[in-house]
Amino acid sequence: MITTLKTLAGVLVLASLTSTQAVDITGKVSLKGTPPAEKDLPLDPACGKLWANEKPKTRFYVVGAESGLGDALVYLKKFDGKVQDPAKAALLDQKGCEYSPYVLGVQTGQKILIRNSDPVLHNVHGTPKLNKEFNLAQMAGGKDIERSLDQPEVIVRFKCDVHPWMFAYIGVLPHPYFAVTDKDGKFKIEGVPAGKYTLVAFHRKAHGTEEKAVAQEITVADSAVSANFTVEVPPPAQ
Amino acid sequence: MVPHSSKSTTGLSRFAAFTALATLGLIGLGGLVTSHGAGMAVPDWPTTCGYNMFLFPISQWVGGIFYEHTHRLWASGVGFLTILLAVALQWRAADRSLARLGWIALVLVILQGVLGGLRVSLMKDQIGIAHAALAQGFLVLLTWIAVASSGWWERSRHAPVSAGLTRWVTFLTIAIFVQLVVGATMRHQHAGLAVPDFPLAYGNVWPPTHDAFLQQINANRSDARDFAPITSFQIWVHMAHRMLAMLIGVAVVVASVRLRRSCGKASLPGRLGTVWGWLIVVQILMGAATVWSNKAADIATGHVVLGAVVLGVGFVTTVVCRAALAAAEVPGVLAGAVRHPGPVFEGRTARRVAAVQG
Ligand SMILES: [Cu+2]
Repeated sequence: MITTLKTLAGVLVLASLTSTQAVDITGKVSLKGTPPAEKDLPLDPACGKLWANEKPKTRFYVVGAESGLGDALVYLKKFDGKVQDPAKAALLDQKGCEYSPYVLGVQTGQKILIRNSDPVLHNVHGTPKLNKEFNLAQMAGGKDIERSLDQPEVIVRFKCDVHPWMFAYIGVLPHPYFAVTDKDGKFKIEGVPAGKYTLVAFHRKAHGTEEKAVAQEITVADSAVSANFTVEVPPPAQ
Repeated sequence: MVPHSSKSTTGLSRFAAFTALATLGLIGLGGLVTSHGAGMAVPDWPTTCGYNMFLFPISQWVGGIFYEHTHRLWASGVGFLTILLAVALQWRAADRSLARLGWIALVLVILQGVLGGLRVSLMKDQIGIAHAALAQGFLVLLTWIAVASSGWWERSRHAPVSAGLTRWVTFLTIAIFVQLVVGATMRHQHAGLAVPDFPLAYGNVWPPTHDAFLQQINANRSDARDFAPITSFQIWVHMAHRMLAMLIGVAVVVASVRLRRSCGKASLPGRLGTVWGWLIVVQILMGAATVWSNKAADIATGHVVLGAVVLGVGFVTTVVCRAALAAAEVPGVLAGAVRHPGPVFEGRTARRVAAVQG
């Protein structure tokens, strides 16, 4: 019965499409409110050597031009159409005792190459709630680790327990229609088939959990769609 | 558990005390592992990043690995000491029940090692809590062996301890153990300080725990260690730890005063009471300092170690009180046994004395 309904719904969605053409969704995520000051990373000597001229800081709120908020994950909450298998592997690098990128979106089952570009050992420790937890040591010059995450999950935390300031956050989605905002808060989701969708913007520090993310309804038709979001930092508790 | 004062017994007692001290050091190292969030820095066990743990190159003892690896090495040392202790007790202890305790200690230390390994390989924080609790239990057992093989409580035989005070001290020692487990539960959330201020809690006597409040505090946390978001459960556990600390603090000070009054300041129970009372005051201050320092690793670890010492002193005081009580009740052994069913020392010692007399 449920399967029949699902099929029916799928047929209806397909029927409602005015065109089979795919378009891009572009937009910007802005920050409202004053985020807490970022802190210096407490690098140990071995990692400090990798940062001769700069002092790296935490990356909780990356705020760029005109209050643009970087590292927000923007994605379609639900996509019922047919999804192709992810073609390219995503890269999660460890460089200067930091994960890079800090926030990454991947599709379920997509290959993630985890690289150690540092002359020091890291342990790659994924701590998902829905996917399977794993923890692997990666020596300096060790070969890339290949992993994939099979369950949709926003958001999976990666850490290194050797360096307690090292984190990355990976959003796992069951379709390829997502993007992470650049340093000025801009994003572009490419090739979205026509249809009606809920578009979500999630910032892992401001929102914490997916339920707290901001969302809007959009209709994708023939021409490109634009959508903007505002993410609010709540004022401090005291 | 009849006290002995022969030479070998003293040697055994010293060796047991040394093993207990090494265990206290191990609890400190384990505390540092958790305080530095380094429990998972070495992903494999019993190997270390693929190496035999004793051959892991020193050049790789960096960051979190340093704490985790030294903890594992020290633990091997304590395991080895425990084997020696069990064999020595089996061989030399005049009291066969001591030999039995030695083997129990060996079983516990193996179990503890396996728990530590499972915590790493199964990646479960809950196992970390059991690992912390068992560590305290193991320390208590070693303290028991050290005291029981020393004939130490023989000296307190004539201390006039009441049954009520003895029960009070026993109950408090158990409460302290419970408090240590609550503390371990807080620490193994890996969420940093669930309540960042003391004596108030988020500026209130009792902190709010609703969703909007949690989002507000989590969005504004900016520690480089980027702790997992605070949940209402963690705030509740934290507040329970504070409330328990207050109750235990007052109760231990009261017990301390009563021990000094009823037995005299210079008596063994009186002196233990004095030490216990001061320790609990310092321990509560250390707890406050843990909050004020934003859970600095060394202070938080000091709080863990002192907690183990407070438990140990409570346990020795319990043992001494029970022995004194049992000695006082020898004439009416049967009546005493009926009035105080269950207590290990009192009952066993009393029965032995009765057997000797009978
Ligand atoms: Cu690292």
